[in-house]
Amino acid sequence: MNSEYNFAYLDEQTKRMIRRALLKGVAIPGYQVPFASREMPMPYGWGTGGVQVTAACLTPDDTLKVIDQGADDTTNAVSIRKFFEKTAGVAVSDETAKATVIQTRHRIPERDLSENQIIVYQVPIPEPLRFLEPRETETRKMHALEEYGLMHVKLYEDIARHGHIATSYAYPVMIEGRYVMDPSPIPKFDNPKMEMAALQLFGAGREQRIYAVPPYTKVVSLDFEDYPFEKGGATQGCGLCDAQDSYLDEMIMDDSGARMSVCSDSDYCRERRDAGYVGEMGVPQKTVTEDAA
Amino acid sequence: MQTQSLTGGFNDAPTASATAFRVVLDVMARPGKISEITGATPPAPLSIAAGTLLLTLCDPETPLWMASSFCSTDIKDWLRFHTGAPIVESRSEAMFALGSWAELSPITEFAIGTPEYPDRSATLIVEMDALTDSGTILRGPGIKDTAELSLPEVAAFQGNAGLFPLGLDFFFTSGNRIAALPRTTKLGG
Amino acid sequence: MYVAVKGGEKAIDNAHAWLDELRRGDTDIPEMSIAQIRSQLALSVDRVMAEGSLYDPDLAALAIKQSRGDLIEAIFLIRAYRTTLPRFGGSAPIKTADMACMRRISATFKDVPGGQVLGPTFDYTHRLLDFKLAAEGVPSKAEKAGVVGDEVKPHITDFLNQEGLIQTEPGSDATPPDLTREPLELPASRALRLQALTRGDEGFVLGMGYSTQRGYGRNHAFVGELRIGDVAVEMEIPELGFSVEIAEIEVSECETVNQFAGSKTEPPQFTRGYGLVFGQSERKAISMALLDRALRWKELGEDNSDSPAQDEEFVLYHCDNIQATGFVEHIKLPHYVDFQAELELVRTLRKEATEANAQREAAK
Repeated sequence: MNSEYNFAYLDEQTKRMIRRALLKGVAIPGYQVPFASREMPMPYGWGTGGVQVTAACLTPDDTLKVIDQGADDTTNAVSIRKFFEKTAGVAVSDETAKATVIQTRHRIPERDLSENQIIVYQVPIPEPLRFLEPRETETRKMHALEEYGLMHVKLYEDIARHGHIATSYAYPVMIEGRYVMDPSPIPKFDNPKMEMAALQLFGAGREQRIYAVPPYTKVVSLDFEDYPFEKGGATQGCGLCDAQDSYLDEMIMDDSGARMSVCSDSDYCRERRDAGYVGEMGVPQKTVTEDAA
Repeated sequence: MQTQSLTGGFNDAPTASATAFRVVLDVMARPGKISEITGATPPAPLSIAAGTLLLTLCDPETPLWMASSFCSTDIKDWLRFHTGAPIVESRSEAMFALGSWAELSPITEFAIGTPEYPDRSATLIVEMDALTDSGTILRGPGIKDTAELSLPEVAAFQGNAGLFPLGLDFFFTSGNRIAALPRTTKLGG
Repeated sequence: MYVAVKGGEKAIDNAHAWLDELRRGDTDIPEMSIAQIRSQLALSVDRVMAEGSLYDPDLAALAIKQSRGDLIEAIFLIRAYRTTLPRFGGSAPIKTADMACMRRISATFKDVPGGQVLGPTFDYTHRLLDFKLAAEGVPSKAEKAGVVGDEVKPHITDFLNQEGLIQTEPGSDATPPDLTREPLELPASRALRLQALTRGDEGFVLGMGYSTQRGYGRNHAFVGELRIGDVAVEMEIPELGFSVEIAEIEVSECETVNQFAGSKTEPPQFTRGYGLVFGQSERKAISMALLDRALRWKELGEDNSDSPAQDEEFVLYHCDNIQATGFVEHIKLPHYVDFQAELELVRTLRKEATEANAQREAAK
């Protein structure tokens, strides 16, 4: 651990400020608590909000997992994980089951999270109404008055035009029947997972907002009686582990444009391959390791 | 200032407060859950749990209201030295308030936030003789089915929950034990 | 057979090593020292200090060196460093009236007590490349005795004030809000707006100020005074009961004098716009004053012409270049997952549209 910096980088006063905001966030699920976000040593848009929330939550006993697009080896996930290894000296792991704190960008792991876990989401634009109304002064009023008609109108216009709600990620949710909330840019496939046993914390650094969803809180994806919410997702199995229930990333394999779909959650895929599952284009796990070495 | 004001703080503030905060966050996220929290050794009659909680969350930016039974010079000096929190006379200015339930009641003067900023509300720390997981039945966010907690009364908390999304949030402390009750929790039945 | 792409960690390390190599450049050429940057690229240093909100020329010079001369990157380094610094307290307001001016000009009066002091300005240089510099020519010696800080130069707007011709700004002993410690809340006080503008991006503030001159929230500004020089920073030490000078800093200050037609309750009067920036940066100070004045429309009971420069929320939310560069550039980070979701949606919509068309064709 690097002793030139305080434990988990932030100074104590900053952490207290973030911690107070987190507690109010938990007490008012889905409400965006303003907080005095600090400049972090990584740029805005790289997860400064998530990093500040994680820094305020980490203890020396934690095991941290960081994912971006579902994977632990994405460059930004690597960079954030290294940051906390250096500044907080915490243990890290790729294994979802072993982690006590998971920081994520754009995905919820496939494996169910448990009561002793916290998941921290990196959020670019926390305001679900922002693209309907650019003014903060207005959207704040709309939340205060529970005036969410505009959002329903937008979704309904989609249906009128496309026959579908044309929002495929960052799909708005209603928390505990009160606040409309942006779940961060996770695919809507992940929305149903948000009613979970773990505590969910959301940090938006540039926009200076923190919000939370406590465990077992009601999270409803906005929809209409005649157009119920559908989580979507791929129709085939993972090319490597044959998972049928997982969110898949599509990859272009060669110049002719051949495609392959594999689990976006790299740990879930590994776990399945370790257990002996093999997809259409995969090979038993042992061989892959030898080839890769 | 007595020398005892200078002692009884966190041994290693960054890690002690991090560990304490995780307990605090966990109990707030799971209303009714009772956990142990340690780190500070405050002057009596302030409990270890309440003392640790105050050191974890308070600083010069958090006006603190204290009931008279906790307003001894020892406690005030200890809090001033370790947190720097301004101690306020008026309940409406307080971000945190500390006292027994009888002293904190009636709770109507504490800030409950505004419709645009419901987070600008006070957090009350209720010192209890005992804290057990039996008594009032709790439901709501953070609770799988139901939980139970030995609340000092029901009506005031029901009234507070009725203000949602405005309202107060509560911690209950006793010895080294802590539990919480956010405004979202529904009581009884 | 497919093997998942690994090695993000190694790629990052290698990228950093390469970056460091390029930063140093050709090793046959002597390395630049912090002192050289500080003294010879002083205006870059000033900009980094101003927008980094940290007055430390050596650290700013280091940041410029580390960032290969990318000033926004250097500002970012300074901001990230600044945020870790403990706060010991607030200084007393600096007294710019007591400034030791190296430059002080007024566009509103030909001559004023204290005089017009041109100082080291680019204003009247001919912008011709000076090839002597390429040959490392010897600098000229300036005649400047008796100019710098020889006397206290009163603010020019004070003279207008003697006749009540210019609005008096209300004084306040209240501690101003701190943008770096509290989240921005709207509507913002003028103190908070000025704070945001002084650390705002020079290009953004310049463009916004310019737009007011071209009719988007026009406010008919004259540069009442522009002054650059050193001021003392004093801090009250409660234990001592008086304030102590802790530093001297260089600042640029601009006060504009603007028309105001008067309202039902106020007779016609001049009003002010204000700009104050660390170091020598009169472009920024003047732009800031224009923008400050434009943002005051509500307080002065003027019409809102829906101009960007009058829109507090628009200006304050977009003037910070560290926020802006981060968010603009973050779209280069992976978005596979969201893109995949969009891909599926577009495929579904296209499939349905094609089928619908086919059915229509068949029905013909």
